[in-house]
Amino acid sequence: MKVRIKFGKYGELKFIGHLDIMRYFQKMMRRADIDIKYSTGYSPHQIMSFAQPLGLGITSDGEYMDIEVDSTKPSKEMIDLLNTYNVDNIRIYSYRELPDNAKTGMAIIAAADYEVRFRYPEKISFDLKSDWPRFMEREHINVTKTTKSGESEVDLKPLIFDSHVMEDGLFLKLSCGSVVNLKPEVVLGEFYKFMGEELGEFDLLLHRKELYARGDDGELIALEDMGRDIE
Amino acid sequence: MVRKLALPDEILLKVEKPARYIGGEVNAVNKNFDEMDINFCMCFPDVYEIGMSHLGIQILYDMFNKWDKVYCDRVYSPWPDLDKIMRDRDIPLFAVESQRPLKDFDFLGITLQYEMCYTNILQILDLGKIPLYTAERTEDDPVIIGGGPCTYNPEPIADFFDLFYIGEGETQYKNLLDLYKKIKDENPGAWREKFLHAAAQIPGIYVPSLYEVEYYDKAGVEGDNPAPMPELAGTISSFKPKFDFVPATIRKEIVLDMDNTYYPEKPVVPFIRATQDRVVLEIQRGCIRGCRFCQAGMVYRPVRERSLEFLKDKALKLLKNTGHEDITLSSLSSSDYSHLEEIVNYLVENIHGKGINVSLPSLRIDAFSLDVMSKVQDIKKSSVTFAPEAGTQRMRNVINKGLTEEDIIHGADQAFHAGWNRVKLYFMLGQPTETNEDVEGIAILADKIARKYYEIPKAERNGKVQIVASSSFFVPKPFTPFQWARMNSKEEFLEKAKICRRKFGEMLNSKSLKYNWHESDVSVLEGVLARGDRRIAPALVEAYRKGSIFDAWSDYFVFDNWLEAFAKYDITFEYYNERERVFEELLPWDFLDCGVNKRFLQLEWNRAKEARVTANCRQGCSGCGALVFGGGVCFEGKNKVR
Repeated sequence: MKVRIKFGKYGELKFIGHLDIMRYFQKMMRRADIDIKYSTGYSPHQIMSFAQPLGLGITSDGEYMDIEVDSTKPSKEMIDLLNTYNVDNIRIYSYRELPDNAKTGMAIIAAADYEVRFRYPEKISFDLKSDWPRFMEREHINVTKTTKSGESEVDLKPLIFDSHVMEDGLFLKLSCGSVVNLKPEVVLGEFYKFMGEELGEFDLLLHRKELYARGDDGELIALEDMGRDIE
Repeated sequence: MVRKLALPDEILLKVEKPARYIGGEVNAVNKNFDEMDINFCMCFPDVYEIGMSHLGIQILYDMFNKWDKVYCDRVYSPWPDLDKIMRDRDIPLFAVESQRPLKDFDFLGITLQYEMCYTNILQILDLGKIPLYTAERTEDDPVIIGGGPCTYNPEPIADFFDLFYIGEGETQYKNLLDLYKKIKDENPGAWREKFLHAAAQIPGIYVPSLYEVEYYDKAGVEGDNPAPMPELAGTISSFKPKFDFVPATIRKEIVLDMDNTYYPEKPVVPFIRATQDRVVLEIQRGCIRGCRFCQAGMVYRPVRERSLEFLKDKALKLLKNTGHEDITLSSLSSSDYSHLEEIVNYLVENIHGKGINVSLPSLRIDAFSLDVMSKVQDIKKSSVTFAPEAGTQRMRNVINKGLTEEDIIHGADQAFHAGWNRVKLYFMLGQPTETNEDVEGIAILADKIARKYYEIPKAERNGKVQIVASSSFFVPKPFTPFQWARMNSKEEFLEKAKICRRKFGEMLNSKSLKYNWHESDVSVLEGVLARGDRRIAPALVEAYRKGSIFDAWSDYFVFDNWLEAFAKYDITFEYYNERERVFEELLPWDFLDCGVNKRFLQLEWNRAKEARVTANCRQGCSGCGALVFGGGVCFEGKNKVR
């Protein structure tokens, strides 16, 4: 049975990189005695894949991993069980069965929500409420990207699916995935440039909220909504 | 839950592996620091991934935290990247869980696993804003206590420690902490001296500041304190307690009942991969073998085994509580454990599979171990390992390594027939009485193993054989029969490695053989620190002030810092390494009693020179002295503890 798990990552856990988080969950599955499926071969490993790695220093309410299990209890019980074996700064939010033919989150990821806050709000010279709309009302937000094959122009505008100013920061819905992955710090870097300033390495506090795939009609569906609770 | 971290995000995001400094791992214990009677910070003076792999600390951490009103936290050496930032910004070193500065603790316990971490001790104290010398510490500083194998000669670092705990930590720490609390409560603001004086009377506790050391004049038989014989020039003339109530000798502490003692069931599981990322089951302590170069084989006597039931129970609990995918056995010589077959078969049958691996320690290669290895390892990818330690039988007799050429060739042959085609061999260069013939014997032995492989008909062979031989340089250690031995110089070591390498090139199967040898700079320095005395301390500080830390890491080891520091304080390799000591010499560690007595070590040193072997503890008792502890292998098959 395919199962999608949604989890959050908080506090100092933001200093634990993606590969170590994977190792963490492998050990956690064994502590909680989850009947997870193993690959065959000389060194079997758990069948587990993560939708999208989270960068170092970023917290999140909306991380996903897909696993396969041979047996399971109802979703509610599984969430409690997993949380019992987690450290405080990892929380499981949903545990849902996926259709057998479902693709992994990694393969279908299309968008991500972020909240952007400022580490040193007192140092900010711009007024987000008026300046952000000015930044976004332009037709193109062209940036020069340096790749192995040289320089190329990329327009960020169509990759920013949604945005609005919050009480203490900014909300962004950005294109995400293996094809076109837009990082919030790149968007903010452009915004700072637009304001005639330079974004410092540690100026932002980033928090991911949710990950989405595209539905049949092109609409964005949160990854957890593609599964159903096990009763 | 938001914990306040000692380092700001900007630093943590800049340094390599920030997880080294944030604590909060699975099974880490959290107690309210301010409500404790005693806060104890346990330190492994090397990088986090090494420190977290150490079973001894896990045992003590678990033990301390089981006690009411005692909290044990941990600290490791900040890696050079963070070290620099902390110095530049004047950030005091902190413990990983409470994130409190080291200065806030009652105790800082430092484990001394190898000599090359000595500058890291100074780094920890210095960054912790704690005076380096015991003499400079005040009522506001923690008590600095050392433990672990290097305490069997604590003298080069004696000036930096308030106390040393000699032996196994499970037995006396409760008494020590209770004493501390009582004295501190009764004498707030004036407890330090009173506590050190009282602690000196607890078994196994050595308080270096309460002893006075004097030396014969270096010039020899002239001067104020002339040596009675030329060989003793510059050596210790007396080592005495300063007060009547301070014991003249200190006997190590040991655990006798290995089943009813502390053993963690929920060890801390790091977020980042530790060097030892697995469950470690300690099956026994001590070793019956008596190899004459091996300090562990002497100072951990007598052998004491844990029961099969104890190990089965712990194995399952530890795997469940950690989620580790690997389990391994730990001991000095696992093949000598009485229930080895039972425990290994139990692990293979009940635990192997389901994503759990059983990784085997180096076992004696025989039918049993090959059978087990073939079950848990991929024969094509793994190798079989032998540690002959020396290339000729004469040399192996000198070091009392009870492994014959026949054992090795026969074991390798069995492994080849079972499908293995890779062999690892470990040797030491520079052991006492070694000749060029012994050195060349290493290559000859490796070649013989290769020849054995090619005796197998081609159709039954598994491609080419690959034999990798490595040699380290022998460093004489305290409390071994070789403690009196002359150590080779750096030049002699390199010459021997060259002779050995040349011989490898001349061998028939040289294309199947590979030879590696270790650094010689580190070895000769280790020699000085291993058998040094209190006169080394200022040179250690000098090397540290020149920037030496992480000496065990070749990327950071700067030999010149040490050469300059040694020159400044007149410390020579000739004196500390390159002379054979006479029995009349008072050795810096003679005031310690590890059970094995000096008479036995002298006897063994004499037998070594005659290339005579000595029976192991199970073949027959040689009367080493460890019987005084009243337990372990000394009483096997006899009536229980006397």
